[in-house]
Amino acid sequence: MPLPKPNLPGTYIFDGGLSNKGYALNKMCYSFNNVTAREAFMADEAAYCDQFGLSDAQKKAILDRDIIGLLSEGGSIYYLAKFAGLLKLNMQDIGALQTGMSVDEFKEMLRKNGAGE
Amino acid sequence: MAKIIGAVTTSHIPAIGMAMDNKLEQTPYWKPFFDAYPPVRAWLNEKKPDVVVIFYNDHGLEFFLDRKPTFAIGTAAQYLNADEGWGINTIPPVTGETELSWHIATDLVENEFDITICQEMRVDHGLTVPLSLMWPGHAYGHVKVIPVCINCERYPMPTPARCFKLGQAIGRAIESFDQDLNVVLFGTGGLSHQLDGERAGFINREFDIDCMNKIVTAPEELTKLSNYDLMEIGGAQGVELNMWLAMRGALTGNITELHRNYHAPISNTGAGLLLLEHEH
Repeated sequence: MPLPKPNLPGTYIFDGGLSNKGYALNKMCYSFNNVTAREAFMADEAAYCDQFGLSDAQKKAILDRDIIGLLSEGGSIYYLAKFAGLLKLNMQDIGALQTGMSVDEFKEMLRKNGAGE
Repeated sequence: MAKIIGAVTTSHIPAIGMAMDNKLEQTPYWKPFFDAYPPVRAWLNEKKPDVVVIFYNDHGLEFFLDRKPTFAIGTAAQYLNADEGWGINTIPPVTGETELSWHIATDLVENEFDITICQEMRVDHGLTVPLSLMWPGHAYGHVKVIPVCINCERYPMPTPARCFKLGQAIGRAIESFDQDLNVVLFGTGGLSHQLDGERAGFINREFDIDCMNKIVTAPEELTKLSNYDLMEIGGAQGVELNMWLAMRGALTGNITELHRNYHAPISNTGAGLLLLEHEH
């Protein structure tokens, strides 16, 4: 029997269920490895989402830059990182968006956590 | 016979590669991280390994979810890096190794470790950042690299115990290879971090230091953890410890710790560096 999946608040366990749910979304974000794909997305975001068959909820989360929404809809952080990069956001920007902090507050939390404070 | 002469653990996050691209190594933020690397570089330059086996995870450059191996090994003469989408500079081609790699792959499969064998694979920052760190200025062309890729993205993931056993099997295979080669292993990634969700920004310094101690002296204790345990105490991407465990499994002789550094945060992670010498 597989281990019971823990309930860890604020963590989205990317398993078969989410991988199924997010397949089109992740496939679109995987395409962003390619510069022509990034340009096509930037030229018409909604049309590019439709080309990959994103659900309405996934498409809305992309257009809204709603990272938590994208995780809930099956996004894998590896591919969402490519979406973030396309928007010129780094991991501290993404952390701030997800936690509702300012980027400076998020960086300060990292510093405290890293120092073991 | 081939000998495993040592091993290195290192972070592989993209921000390190970007800091090197932008020559930020001596800025206050990066200095405590980069200043720890010269002793490791000096050791590598002195020992001149013929082959480096790099345990890493692909983050969506070569492998997508459509066909994602649990374990994969490269047997190519050359590996190319490529655009990962968010701006890290690509690095020149990496030299591969085509004999020991097939020996390892054959020994693994004959002994019931059914690894995916890749004759062509693009290697991402998980492999390229450690190479850039160890041989700055892209001076890694003389070293033959064998990539070993472990799924750290999608559950089900191989367990810490299984990754350790993979390392043991790779260690046995290397040491049964009938050529006088000096081999070094890199265990890359980690330590604690979580990129995704409301829990993003999680770092556990105490756990990281405990991991570094146990990797040296008591790795079996770490193999008792599940990936869910690692997620809870090391963050969602803390499962990258599995690459360190695979590296450590291959070291079956005597180990001497020559150097270590821990610095956090580097980007969103705790960064652990270890240099271990190995002999039977």
